[in-house]
Amino acid sequence: MKPMSIEDRLGVNKFAVDEENAHIKVDTQICRTCTDKPCTWACPALLYTVSNGELKFDYAGCLECGTCRIICPRPGAISWEYPQGTFGVHFRYG
Amino acid sequence: MAEERMHAIVVGAGPAGSAAALTLARAGLEVVLIERGAAPGAKNMTGGRLYTHALKRLLPDNWAEAPMERRVTRELVTFLTEESAISLDLKSTRMGDNSYTVLRSRLDAWLAEQAEAAGAMVASGVKVDALLVEDGRVVGVRCGEDEMYAHAVIVAEGANCLLPRQAGLRTREIDPHHIATGVKTTIELPRQVIEDRFNLNPGEGAAQLFVGSPSGGLPGGGFLYTNQESVSLGLVMTVAGMQKHQVRPADLMEAFRAHPALEPLLAGGKVAEYSAHLVPEGGVHMMPQLAGDGILIAGDAAGFVLNLGFVIRGMDFAIASGMHAAEAVIEAAAKGDYSAKTLTGYEQRLRDSFVLKELAFYQRVPGFIENTPRMFGTYPALIESILTRMFTVDGTTEPAHLASMALTEMNGKASLMQLAGDAWRGVRAL
Repeated sequence: MKPMSIEDRLGVNKFAVDEENAHIKVDTQICRTCTDKPCTWACPALLYTVSNGELKFDYAGCLECGTCRIICPRPGAISWEYPQGTFGVHFRYG
Repeated sequence: MAEERMHAIVVGAGPAGSAAALTLARAGLEVVLIERGAAPGAKNMTGGRLYTHALKRLLPDNWAEAPMERRVTRELVTFLTEESAISLDLKSTRMGDNSYTVLRSRLDAWLAEQAEAAGAMVASGVKVDALLVEDGRVVGVRCGEDEMYAHAVIVAEGANCLLPRQAGLRTREIDPHHIATGVKTTIELPRQVIEDRFNLNPGEGAAQLFVGSPSGGLPGGGFLYTNQESVSLGLVMTVAGMQKHQVRPADLMEAFRAHPALEPLLAGGKVAEYSAHLVPEGGVHMMPQLAGDGILIAGDAAGFVLNLGFVIRGMDFAIASGMHAAEAVIEAAAKGDYSAKTLTGYEQRLRDSFVLKELAFYQRVPGFIENTPRMFGTYPALIESILTRMFTVDGTTEPAHLASMALTEMNGKASLMQLAGDAWRGVRAL
């Protein structure tokens, strides 16, 4: 069996992306002070990445689990809301 | 107050929310069930298996019509190392209809339909942004521009809950030691292939829990449930464990799926979904205040999940707690008093039911699991090496008694004292 990349796995899911609003916002100023950045490995969708020392987050493939919210060691770094009604991931199996 | 006020608003159409709304509607109370997903179940995920006892109590006449996947007749617990799988395998005709595998998009939609048929109003695709609080009591919810008023709000928004803190029922954020992340891959396979590979009669299902390599040797484990035409494969690990050991659940998931013991079972299957969800694991240690003025908390949002290692339950606790929350609101409606004083009757109902009886009885288990790291790494490896030696015949090994062979294998991995200590603490916790 060939392992599937995270992009391919998220690709089989159904999403209704809210192009207007990001339901999760990161304060990159605060993230800069965080050395570990556990969000970058713990997010099951691997949506937190670091490029040029700056934390980047792509909300489009979010599975809305909340792991980042709980694991984040810097209060205020991640502001977490659920997407607006009907938007976000839509589990067909669950 | 000029606004029209209904008896209750229930936030979240999972098993807890639908059970609450159904119970309230049956009693003739006006209730609206609010769900942020486009349909009930769209945001929910389980391993999963439903122990049916609470569903039978909620819907004694038609529980069997619920869209469940397979009746579990085969239970496996497997120690998994990188190379080996060592299983306890129970196949029995005595399991009855104790439990079924389920998929939440189907199950939750059906449960919400039952609530609707009983008279509850179901509002899907609506997100609750905040609770409305007046003079310290919860009086309703705000959804975007709209405000909805009710005498009581039952929060059943799931493990990743945001509202209890706003109401002051949770004073701190959830401790990463008390909550886990579950990831799951749903793999489509033909019905007949599933029944052949898992040795099942038509309609029967298997449930398998794994200890060891699925969670990278950290506290947690893997699971496999056979559905009608798919297999749910996933793993769960505590957020604290991931924080400390820098593990990537996304990668562990694929390593688990490719494990030599699983690959033949899943060969030819098509990955149909990849999902993730939080799982409360702290039991009574993470329980919020369950009731306040005009507000109650039920299901995962209250931390009602029990993981014993060989049995993992949440949806039966959710259904029962939703029913008890509704009963407390029905009592409040009869009295015309929705203050915390009356609604706290909910907690007493839970204490009298299996929900808090069992969570209190097993309250040492989460600590035991978290504080016995050897169970997830050392012991599976040890059992593997002892068993592979036992079953390996090559004509060159010096004969040795089983006991001394076991001691040789244990050397440097775990001491007899540690083994005895862990066994004793495990026995006491369970």
